[in-house]
Amino acid sequence: MESFQYDLPARPCVALPVRAELWGVVSSGNLEVLVETGPPPDQCRFQVETSAHGFSEVWQAVLEDFVTRHAVGGLSFSIHDAGATPAVVSLRLEQAMQSLKAP
Amino acid sequence: MNRIPGKSYREATARQRVAGLLDADSFAEWVGPAARATSPHLAALGLPCSFDDGVVVGQGRVEEAVVTIIAQEGQFNGGAVGEVHGAKIRGALQRAVRERPTAVVFCIDSGGVRLHEANAGLLAISEIMRALLAVQGAGIPVWALVGGSCGAFGGMGIVARLCDAVVMSEEGRLGLSGPEVIETVMGVEEFDARDRALVWRVTGGKIRRTLGEATVLVEDRLSAFRAALESLRHSCPVALPRTLDALQAVQDQLTARATRESDLRDGQALWDRLGLGADAAWMDTAQFNRRLQELA
Amino acid sequence: MNATGPSRLWNHEARRRTARLTRCAAFLRGKEVAAADMVPFLEAVLEPGDRVCLEGNNQKQADFLAAALADCSAQRVHDLHLVQSVLALPEHMTLFEKGIARRLDFSFAGPQAHHLARLVQDRAIEIGAIHTYLELFGRYFIDLTPQVCLIAAQAADAAGNLYLGPNTEDTPAIVEATAFKSGIVIAQVNELRDALPRVDVPADWVDCFVVAPRPHHIEPLFTRDPAHITEIQVLMAMMAIKGIYAAYGVERLNHGIGYDTAAIELLLPTYGAELGLKGRVARHWALNPHPTLIPAIEAGFVERVHSFGSEVGMEAYVAARPDVFFTGPDGSLRSNRAFCQMAGLYACDLFIGSTLQMDLDGNSSTATLGRITGFGGAPNMGSDARGRRHASAAWLQAGREKCGGGPPVRGQKLVVQVVETWREPHHPTFVERLDAWQLQEDMGLALPPIMIHGDDVSHVVTEEGVANLLLCRTPEERSQAIRGVAGYTPVGRARDRRFVENLRDRGIIRRPEDLGIDVRQATRDLLAARTIKDLVRISDGLYQPPKQFRNW
Repeated sequence: MESFQYDLPARPCVALPVRAELWGVVSSGNLEVLVETGPPPDQCRFQVETSAHGFSEVWQAVLEDFVTRHAVGGLSFSIHDAGATPAVVSLRLEQAMQSLKAP
Repeated sequence: MNRIPGKSYREATARQRVAGLLDADSFAEWVGPAARATSPHLAALGLPCSFDDGVVVGQGRVEEAVVTIIAQEGQFNGGAVGEVHGAKIRGALQRAVRERPTAVVFCIDSGGVRLHEANAGLLAISEIMRALLAVQGAGIPVWALVGGSCGAFGGMGIVARLCDAVVMSEEGRLGLSGPEVIETVMGVEEFDARDRALVWRVTGGKIRRTLGEATVLVEDRLSAFRAALESLRHSCPVALPRTLDALQAVQDQLTARATRESDLRDGQALWDRLGLGADAAWMDTAQFNRRLQELA
Repeated sequence: MNATGPSRLWNHEARRRTARLTRCAAFLRGKEVAAADMVPFLEAVLEPGDRVCLEGNNQKQADFLAAALADCSAQRVHDLHLVQSVLALPEHMTLFEKGIARRLDFSFAGPQAHHLARLVQDRAIEIGAIHTYLELFGRYFIDLTPQVCLIAAQAADAAGNLYLGPNTEDTPAIVEATAFKSGIVIAQVNELRDALPRVDVPADWVDCFVVAPRPHHIEPLFTRDPAHITEIQVLMAMMAIKGIYAAYGVERLNHGIGYDTAAIELLLPTYGAELGLKGRVARHWALNPHPTLIPAIEAGFVERVHSFGSEVGMEAYVAARPDVFFTGPDGSLRSNRAFCQMAGLYACDLFIGSTLQMDLDGNSSTATLGRITGFGGAPNMGSDARGRRHASAAWLQAGREKCGGGPPVRGQKLVVQVVETWREPHHPTFVERLDAWQLQEDMGLALPPIMIHGDDVSHVVTEEGVANLLLCRTPEERSQAIRGVAGYTPVGRARDRRFVENLRDRGIIRRPEDLGIDVRQATRDLLAARTIKDLVRISDGLYQPPKQFRNW
């Protein structure tokens, strides 16, 4: 397993979730992402544990783009990855955002 | 041409199943993912962990009635029972004894013990069985739902059969040794695990319903499983009275069945004997249920 | 006048044919040869160095004849030149290992790709060329005419008429070239019948037949279980339907094999119908009877399908839908690879398929190191036919986009590659240099095995968006357009972001949101069928999938 953490500057999230939300499943080519509150409002934290080694730069690029797309300051995303492609990573993050926005 | 109606139970994750089975927004999770109760064994082996160790437990409502719900995630390590996973299930069952919900809803989707945690997993399954019997002893029914891709095998197959009712879909499977295990141990002549139709004719929802081991056979839709829970809440079957005589009677019935049907090698042979028809495996769920009822 | 003068003979080939038939006459009872006599029979008919077509198709295999040929004595039968489209069976390789065959001209070697590469490196085999199907069929009539062909048919009657059944595939092209150039046509059949349901090959084109001990093997190559289609594939299918099928009004098309295109087939009756596309797109097809096309057929999207071959399990469904499929008087499918390839090349406005690797010129390849897979039909389907002269709305619109204003003198075929940017970790689809170049060096091939040439590709669809290469005016725009949909692959991350945003402003790159597609709507719930069983139910029980696809 490979682990890394990124703290990225982000626009503040307007409606912080009341409780932690888990999206996705740890299965081959898939991942789970746990969304919680915690970091300061202008920061977003990502903690990644992945079974695919040597992709930290790709992860960083995917997460930086995600932070550009969404106001996620004050949120932390903890990810358990079992070899998901960047496409699946992005999709799961989008789905997690959708669930946060839904009432 | 419309979309296939309704969300598939088989394709849903454990969390999606919980959300679809319970009244809207009624679920309160115990030891949720934020608690990070992950498996120390998988971590030690350098394998991916899951924040909930592959099982969701908590409390919610079905038509306002409070239930305890347990849902295994079949996609995480085949829903296999590890130490933490098992402790969460046992804990939920013990809490049910204290809090006395209307029922315990147990979404089983598991091949049995998690091999990476062999001894701890084996212990966990026996603890689950004991806790489940205690729940029933307290007069609270336990309803198993079996419709995930892993079915209910190994120790979890036994757990399913301890329950007061078993709701299955045709796609669900229930057994003790899984097909691959039987093939490995007994040889491909005894059981060809790659013959998917055979696997389903021997372990699938239809044959389990025919044998009475599944109480209800529903379509592979989350809404159909929910509807089954609603009707169980009203009929509230009890597996069997917990007396020695009742157990002996069941044992006698099973012995008689084993003798009577010892020559049957395949679900189709039983359906032929019952007069269900050559297309029993193909019939849709409603038609199958209707035919069974007609023959009963 | 010249040296040969009046004494020159003009029927060498016919005399040679007579000699072959005389040599094997003892084995013939009418036109029938006993299965047990097949090896000595072939040893009698064949001559060293013969050009032989041992029918191997995409699906149907003359497997009994292949095994018999492989059992021949290499002292008697050797140095054959095999001219056949597909090398699928281990026996095909045995022929070269034993020295029975030496030279090979072919199209596709899927299951034997690895073995073939090893034989080439060991110099146990000489490869003439790797062709597309149409090229090889063409050469059957020009310079690679078989002297003997060994074909597979469903049934024969006593006279030697052949019934090919639904899997016609290459047979007509092979037989036509052989029979009318004094060659010998030998057929293996599954059964001898008193009366055939229809005659596909007349008896006077057939020299002999053998009833094989087992029916010939047919591979269910085109069956894709909807259960394995991913959300990402659903997303890409939505983009293809909305961004290309709807945008160009594509009515006539061909789909490659794979889950990406199966997703499109299963989205037509749901997402496509919601976009109001029924009757406007995907009406006429050059396609094998894909089980995943059933929902679109039942929904009335699909009006007509012509097929290269058949698909196992689709027999009864096809027979029950004669308005859609080409069928014989007996009701069963009539397929024909040569005609269907021609239809795909000249009569379709769109080809869409997937690939394993794509470079910055848009060249794509399914070749991987240590394997020679060959081409099959994709390069013909996936290329602009410059000899085409009839117009259609989609073809003209693509032509206008390509020439950029001014009246176009020709249209342009839509050639679409639909790929995920990563196949799996460590395997990006987009690369600076195709493995095909290395394979060319390793194998001493004349050309790198490129499946679809970049200058034929009109669109690239990935999970990141659609790149319209027709609108690119410079090589730099083209490579940035490809980088711009190459996701987080090294190629994609090396994009010039400002350049790519400019391409997006010009509509050369369109993201899902530019197309009005919410990626979160891309779920499997959009599929018209989620399982094989759904397909069977939608077909009203007519589709009978092979055992490995059934759980009932």
